[in-house]
Amino acid sequence: MPFIPHTENDTREMLAAIGAKSTEDLFDEIPAELRIDHLHEVPEALSEMEISRLMRDRAAMDGSPLCFIGAGAYEHHIPTAVWDIATRGEYYSAYTPYQAEASQGTLQTIYEYQTMITELTGLDVSNASLYDGASGLAEAALMAVRANRRVKTGLILLAPGVNPVYEHVAEAIAGSQGLTFEWLPVDATTGNVAFDQLPEGRNPVAVVMQQPTFPGTLEDVDRLTDWAHAEGAFAIGIANPMTLALLKAPGKWGEQGVDIACGEGQPLGVPLSSGGPYFGYMTCKQQHVRQMPGRIVGRTTDLDGNPGFALTLQAREQHIRRSKATSNICTNQGLMVTAATIYMSLLGAEGIAQVGRKSHENTTRLVDGLCAINGIERLYEGPYFHEVALRFDRPVAPVLEALAAKNILGGYDLTDSAGTDALLVCATETKTDADIDACIAAFAEAMG
Amino acid sequence: MNELPGDLLYTNDHEWLRREGDGSVTVGITEHAATSLGDLVYVELPEVGQDVDAGGEMAVVESVKAASDVYAPIAGSIAAVNDELADDPEKINADPYGDGWIVRMTPSDGLDESELMTPDAYQQLLDELDD
Repeated sequence: MPFIPHTENDTREMLAAIGAKSTEDLFDEIPAELRIDHLHEVPEALSEMEISRLMRDRAAMDGSPLCFIGAGAYEHHIPTAVWDIATRGEYYSAYTPYQAEASQGTLQTIYEYQTMITELTGLDVSNASLYDGASGLAEAALMAVRANRRVKTGLILLAPGVNPVYEHVAEAIAGSQGLTFEWLPVDATTGNVAFDQLPEGRNPVAVVMQQPTFPGTLEDVDRLTDWAHAEGAFAIGIANPMTLALLKAPGKWGEQGVDIACGEGQPLGVPLSSGGPYFGYMTCKQQHVRQMPGRIVGRTTDLDGNPGFALTLQAREQHIRRSKATSNICTNQGLMVTAATIYMSLLGAEGIAQVGRKSHENTTRLVDGLCAINGIERLYEGPYFHEVALRFDRPVAPVLEALAAKNILGGYDLTDSAGTDALLVCATETKTDADIDACIAAFAEAMG
Repeated sequence: MNELPGDLLYTNDHEWLRREGDGSVTVGITEHAATSLGDLVYVELPEVGQDVDAGGEMAVVESVKAASDVYAPIAGSIAAVNDELADDPEKINADPYGDGWIVRMTPSDGLDESELMTPDAYQQLLDELDD
């Protein structure tokens, strides 16, 4: 039985009060052709026993393969304490609260999260998170248009290293709001932006760059940030937060640092979990804080002089400003953020650096082994963090199938985006030397 | 609430407008608007040179509890903005008709006063709001 608190009598009285004949009348303004009045493909309700069985069967289909896929979502060790704490009753909610009565503990957790993310990214302020990295780029682009008001083109230029999925999502969200997304030219040798072919006089409102890039290389983000600013554009930096204990923070890129940083928060304590839920982070320079979407928790002092935490800068959010809000982001991935906060607290800056170092070492072992196999070589020159694109002398898909039969996910098929037979591999700190050697041996056999 | 300045014109949206000697007009929000919003913490100003339509959104005034658009009372271009509001938005609360001015505009046509309210008409609007 569904939980509906009002009786038929209540419904009749409410409808009478507003002069509507039936509940159906309330939906009149939705045109008939847009309405779906059947749900044939939704199965009948299942009992608890049946649904538990179904979910167990589905979960078993994932298996427990040895995973060497990165491409935007990364398998890292998550200390048991992270989810043990995050699922406590005091924390266990998917939502960041709106109301002023939000508990101080919840608010402080978000405040601590914001502090840690601003430290990692080297910028002044963080919001309380966004849905994921891809929609984070859409929000950053829209924010750049609001904040960089001098530029009216709505043109967002993307370095070739930006995750192609992020471009699709940003285009879907912001493409209908007067923004256009265009790729900058790529240098085929390095996989990075071709500085000698950068377009002049396009008047972009923002230039987006990613570090490490989608195919795993390291972009000259200092130079690209400075170029963006010289063109009168905002610099938007996408960075994997797990890399930022070792790589230069976006707030330090170039002469002035990026204006907005965003990215995928999943590596910080959130399991791969078949693609979600994850969370996005966003930070910016202080002067742009009023154009930043989403909620922000601030630290304040109460009437008795004690420190306390409160939602702040809410006047531009949709529950107050309605259609003119800075964004229709109405909530965030509160539970994921709680996990990330606990994860970062447990590891500390040194722990995060160790994870990065070990992931780099493991990836080096993997890549060196794979490149010793005939028919496999690096696709791009230059340094990498924990992910590397490899060129194959044959189609990649059958090789991956052969590995899958051995319960190994050998990497992300890069053939479509690279325009040649290519694979993107990643070995995080979760892999042992034996795991990596088994993977190399499986590739050698499949290529044999 | 203090008496309304008699030399200004007003709008339904609680902006005021003063005709200056050089043909430009100065625009701000009324004491009623400033008081209703509460202490202002931020003012987003338009760019000098920007053209605005009558009734178009021109600036945003933000207090801790609300952010509201300021609408252009007439069509014209922005000739000057009150940059001091960037650091001191509370000037609008303290002196809405003086130091708290928001923009100076150059009207694109002659000033059509029929679209604006006299002090008496605006006072009547405020009285009705009080009821």
